Amino acid sequence: MASVSKVYHSAAEALKGIDHNMTVLVGGFGLCGIPENLILALRDSKMKGLTCVSNNAGVDDWGLGLLLQTKQIKKMISSYVGENATFEKQYMNGELEVELTPQGTLAERLRAGGAGIPAFFTPTGYGTLVAEGKETRVFNGRNYVLEQAITGDFAFVKAWKGDAFGNLIYRKTARNFNPMVATAGKITIAEVEELVEVGELDPDQVHTPGVFVQRIIQGAHYQKRIEHKTTRNHN
Amino acid sequence: MPLTREQLAQRLAKEVKPGSVVNLGIGIPTLVANYLAPDSGVFLQSENGLLGIGPFPNESEVDPDLINAGKQTITTISGSSFFSSADSFAMIRGGHIDLTILGAMQVDQNGNIANWMIPGKMVKGMGGAMDLVAGAKRVLVAMQQTDKEGHSKLLKKCDLPLTGQSCIHQVFTDHGVFKIENGEFVLIEHAPDLSVQEVLAATEGQCRVSPDVRPIPV
Repeated sequence: MASVSKVYHSAAEALKGIDHNMTVLVGGFGLCGIPENLILALRDSKMKGLTCVSNNAGVDDWGLGLLLQTKQIKKMISSYVGENATFEKQYMNGELEVELTPQGTLAERLRAGGAGIPAFFTPTGYGTLVAEGKETRVFNGRNYVLEQAITGDFAFVKAWKGDAFGNLIYRKTARNFNPMVATAGKITIAEVEELVEVGELDPDQVHTPGVFVQRIIQGAHYQKRIEHKTTRNHN
Repeated sequence: MPLTREQLAQRLAKEVKPGSVVNLGIGIPTLVANYLAPDSGVFLQSENGLLGIGPFPNESEVDPDLINAGKQTITTISGSSFFSSADSFAMIRGGHIDLTILGAMQVDQNGNIANWMIPGKMVKGMGGAMDLVAGAKRVLVAMQQTDKEGHSKLLKKCDLPLTGQSCIHQVFTDHGVFKIENGEFVLIEHAPDLSVQEVLAATEGQCRVSPDVRPIPV
């Protein structure tokens, strides 16, 4: 066993060192695979002026939407925010700064951030608002836009299973942005549905190696809300 | 009468080759899945990290960890796989997706598309659309011919912020099917209940009529 344990006993305890105006990376797609316990703890921490990097902004009363309601977020970097009326209102009022980034570019900016790549060229967004003010370059006759990596002071990740070293296994489409987010935080906190002893996870099945994770908690409770429950009979 | 959404989806399903890998956008494109033959061997990609989308679940199969890009609960088909968003967009941007069908607010005669924001009115974001139009091998648009006020959505030049430049191969609307060639639309099929003249009247952009123009088989 490692001499210094990564295991914390609550989400609140795991947030030690978080401060106002920090950048927090948050995994999840819609409400699927979001670190719900850590988001609740961040709300309760009352930290303000946060920059949150997350594909979506939750819904009005769940996920990052909770931190919008309490006006703790100064700036969001996201690709799609259409499910959240609070978001739209605060953005239109000028209370919330927003950087909309194409989804693949966001995933790659996080991946690059965690992988020590400061910037990269992508064809996505060339000739659109997204490319304004950015360097462009032609490779093999095609236009590309220079996009910069993203890193965070903290990164919040949700996994299905994890061990005390921080090895993580995700489940189904709840993986989404979590693996990249895990690599790009100075302090990455993982919350898991099931925390096991080191050695219990099959190394061949680990998605995120524990080196990327500094702190880990077993989530106290999971709602795992569904945004649009759609069934066969229903249709 | 223009085509119904279902008829349009049925027509679009003919564009999906057996065994291909396809990403369907939200709205009319999603309906296309309903008209694919069960043995077509098509793998539908969901940009949130699934290749091999299955039908909507039965009540007992509903799983909050298994959703599509529209955040609806789904199932998987045999041979499916899960992956991260970075891998998902490596597929999309890297040219590994054969076909994508997207909705749009505007398309113009140079193949530009606008579908992600209306300045000062609506900001939802582009999601994966900018990556899809940049990376899929074939990019089709499925939309209504006109907006709610009756204005044509097939324009000389998009006036909304673009999602992508010169990237649309064909446009499928409730009025007709259009290729985009050399800076103009080319009408190749028209809704059976609309005349070619009626379709052209609802097309603001420059539009040529193909000599082989025919009614959309419905």
